[in-house]
Parts: sequence; structure tokens; C-alpha cells
Amino acid sequence: MSDLFLLRHRNIEGLNQLSIYLENGGFKTWKKAVTTQKPEELINEVKASGLRGRGGAGFPTGVKWSFLPNNIWPHYVVANSDESEPGTFKDREILEYNPYQFLEGLMLASYAVQAKDAYIYFRGEFWQIAHRFDERIAELTAAGYLGDHLFGTDYSLRIHTHLGAGAYICGEETALLESIEGRLGQPRLRPPFPAVEGLFGLPTVINNVETLTNLPVIIGEGAAHFRSVGTEKSPGTKIFSLSGRVKKPGNYELPLGTTFRELIFTHGEGIINDAKIKAIMPAGASSALIPATDVALDTPMDYEFVPALGGQLGSASVIILDETVNISDLVKDTVHFFKHESCGKCTPCREGTYWMSCIIDRIVSGKSKKEDIDLLLTVARNMQNKCFCALGEFSTTAVVSAIDKFRADFEARLES
Amino acid sequence: MNQLLRKHSQEVEKILANYPPDQKRAVVMPLLHLVQQEDGFISRERMHEIAEIAGVTATEVASIVGFYTLFHDAPGARIKIQVCTDVACDLRGARKYLDGLCSQLGIKPGETTEDGLVSIEEVKCLAACDHAPMFQAQIGDALEYHENQTVERTMDWLKSMIASMKSPALPNEKKMTDDGGSHE
Repeated sequence: MSDLFLLRHRNIEGLNQLSIYLENGGFKTWKKAVTTQKPEELINEVKASGLRGRGGAGFPTGVKWSFLPNNIWPHYVVANSDESEPGTFKDREILEYNPYQFLEGLMLASYAVQAKDAYIYFRGEFWQIAHRFDERIAELTAAGYLGDHLFGTDYSLRIHTHLGAGAYICGEETALLESIEGRLGQPRLRPPFPAVEGLFGLPTVINNVETLTNLPVIIGEGAAHFRSVGTEKSPGTKIFSLSGRVKKPGNYELPLGTTFRELIFTHGEGIINDAKIKAIMPAGASSALIPATDVALDTPMDYEFVPALGGQLGSASVIILDETVNISDLVKDTVHFFKHESCGKCTPCREGTYWMSCIIDRIVSGKSKKEDIDLLLTVARNMQNKCFCALGEFSTTAVVSAIDKFRADFEARLES
Repeated sequence: MNQLLRKHSQEVEKILANYPPDQKRAVVMPLLHLVQQEDGFISRERMHEIAEIAGVTATEVASIVGFYTLFHDAPGARIKIQVCTDVACDLRGARKYLDGLCSQLGIKPGETTEDGLVSIEEVKCLAACDHAPMFQAQIGDALEYHENQTVERTMDWLKSMIASMKSPALPNEKKMTDDGGSHE
């Protein structure tokens, strides 16, 4: 764990204090960029690094930046700190313990697209963290790292915080923009994409906290250094949030391409009571359920291999299920989660999650006949490819994969 | 006269300055947080005041209060306990913990104790899955995380909180409580 790009606070005590961050080379990359580098140099370095968005979609970050048109101004950068996917708790650790590296990353992204105002959107539950960031932003402004005419140049940057109030859907980038603008957090029709018409109708980059926290490493030490770990198509490290039935849950920063087996059995120290592992959800509640076969356990966790197993890497929130878990109980949890968080904008999601919750409740309570399992599957399949945004689609992933791979768990609950 | 503007003119100005001048409706959520911090909930009257400042209708403000689960339009309990029972927490005993807590308090999830001091709600993922069972306590607009909980531990904390609320001087509860939930 010595080569950490992101969780550096685990090796450097007090890194969430500005003086200690500065002692450890903090904001040198920022000053160098603003005073000596052209914005395109930053974009090219990030493109060369192959960094892919860490919020879930895995889209190449440098490419995303280059979509902003140069004839429409101003540009905005928004940090997505709405971390809400069940099983994900990586951004919270960065925000609490390594906040300046994240801020430096946000600043570098802003300079790269020449944004003069950046917003950090915090989920409402991060109330305390957001207040600390207001103090840190004031501190950086007083120290001359933020504000007008930075380091005597023409470039100015202000960072603002905006606090959500308890809506998972606001992690979806267009719903997040709606929320900043003072509206219900409901997704927008795309196109136009935020790169062209984003915040306040202007070109906007939206990046996840972990994505941004990589930037001081990439721009400061070069793309080659970043590429020295990870795989060709998924370079760098990733924070894996490991939870569920493991002995040692927690965040583990590991090279992309590390196997599930190493994460679960070496770092997570195996399953509680040494029970038998049953299934893996690699991307939180939005995941497909992957049976924990030897092939699955030896699969490298990256953006290419996990889809080959029928799942997604997503934000790498790896939830572990063991033989003590009846998968139908788990599906009840995920369906209720999505029903609660459906924003109500589109009918397939709003009605579909409602009906799925009614059916799964009936199954779990032992009042169902066999037909209910197929009925649940039919409702889920009928929602697929019809929802307005990914939330509705994700609500069906666990349902469909669970019935496909673990039907016996549902049948065990039927009325005898 | 807009009481909110009169009483908090500096804060309101600061919030307005965070957004472009032609995008005033963006101030609705920060103002709702400001009001909730002050009053513990958002009254009709305050909704009208916010609407006036943001240049929107009071109905639009009310719809935002209704959409976001952390905003409350009624006073509710003094201490709102929100237990995460989502997938990852459930796998580590959160539901059993919630049941135990409810039976100790003699209420069901969604209910408030008779003295109006404590309510319990089930909520979904609070990004603390590795330290379950856990809850967040909402007191006014302040939120505290309490991780690695047992029913006994939570009850001890609640008793001390209630005792301090019944005493004349209200505690200034703004500390983030990590309860030993180290990330190492």
C-alpha cells in the first residue's frame, strides 16, 4: 500500500491541514500550471494518462473536457460529491482526510477548461464536510491560491459549495445541475449534453471527486507515472469500497486490474465466520449479482473484464454476499431503495419500481405462488431500455440477474 | 417586510453572491438550509420569504421542500434519528439494530416518542457502509454521523442528549461524531 495516489493521508498524518499539504508539495502543480502551462497542455496530459471517470461510467476524462466549445463562455466545472450509491464510501474518505488534493484537482480541471467559477455539489448528509470546505476555500483565497489574478496572471478562479438535501438521483449529472439551479433534482433530456449546455445553460464539465483527486498526480508527475500502475485500458489506481459479509470492510486503493480474490481474501481478510462466499455486487445496489465462482474471483477488476462477467465496475463499491444471505432479501433491499429514490419524472421507473416492490414484498413474506417470480422478472424486463435515465435501468439489474442466477433462493420463499 | 432578509441580510447576500445575478432561483436550496438551521423546519411564512428573494413562487419553493427528504415543513422531533438499513448495512446487522432501538424507545420507524424528543426513520445509504450499524442524527439542520453502533451505545448517547436538552442551556451540537470509526 505504499504507492498511493489518492489515500495519501494514510501515510502522511494531518494531510487535511493546509500547512501539511503544502509541506508535502501541495499546490506546486497548481502554481506551475497557472504560471507556465497552457490549458491545452493539461488536457493533453490527462488524455495521455488514460484517466477514466471514477464516478461510474468510466468515460475518458481528458476527452470529456475537450468537448467544451471554445466559442461559448463562461465555462463551468462541477465536482460531483453526491456520493450516494449504496456500498460507496470512497469520496467521503477523500473529502474528510485528503481534501486539498481534491481541491487542487478541481482547480486544475477548472484551469484546463478556463472556468472561472467552479461548484462542489455535496450530498445533504455531508453537511459537516461542506461547512469545512467553506472554511478551506476561504483559507485558500486568503493564501492567494484562489481568487482574482492568481500569481499575477489574468486567470481568476472562485469555488462555491452547494448542498443537496437527500436525493440519490442528484448524483446523475443533469439532475445535479437542476438541483444547483434551484429545481427538483430530475434528469434532463440529452442531447444537449452538459459539455455544451450544462450549468445555467453553459458549457460544463462534471467530474467525480475521485477523478479530480487523481489530477495533481497526473499533471504534477506526468501521465507515464500514472500509467505505471493499472492496465493498458484502465490505468492508475482505484479506491475499492469493500462492504458486506467480509471480515475487514473498508476502502482499499489498489491498481486497476487487481483481482476480486485479492481484494476480498487478502485485503478484506475473507468472509465473516469463514462462511462460503456466494455472490459479488461490484458496483453497489446498481450491480448485477455475479456468482462468486473461481473464474469470477480471479477476474481483474477494471473497466473491461468486469463487463465480461455480466456486471459493471461502476464506482467500485464491492458488496460481498455469503451463503447466509438469501438473495431475495437482498433484492428486496435494492428494489425498495430505487422505489424510494425514483424521482417520479418517467412512468416506467416510477410505476415499475412500485410494482416490483409490491411483488418482492409478497415473495419475501412467503405469500407468493411460483408465478410471482416470473411476474417480477416480466416487470423488470419491461422497464429495461424504457426509463428516462440510468436510475430506472439500474433498478432492474439486481432483479434480473438474481432471478437468472439464484432462482432457488426465491423459490425457497414461496407458499408451501 | 421580509423577516428572513432583515434578520440574515449578510448571509443572504453571501448566498446570492455564489450564483450569477441572472440565476437567482439557485439560492432556494441554500436559503432553505439557512432557515432550517435557524428554525429546525421550514414554515409557510419562510417559504414565501424565500420565494420573494429567489424570484419564484411559494409553490415552487414548497415543491422543493417536498422533493428533498432532508427538508421538513413541520417541526418534528428534536432529535431525528435516521438509521441506514440499506443493502450493505443490512448485511452487517442494521435491521436487527433498528428493531432493538425501536423496542427500547417504544416506537416504530416513522414515529416520534410521546414527549416529541426523538423520532426514528429508516434511510438509504449514508456512505458509511464499512462502519454499520450506523445512524445520522439531524438536530436542527445539523447532521452528525454515529458509526459502529450497538443499541446500548445509541441509548447511552440519546439519554445524555435528552438530559442536556431538558437543562436550560441548549448544547451547541455541531461536532462530527466518528465514534471510533477509524478509516485505517
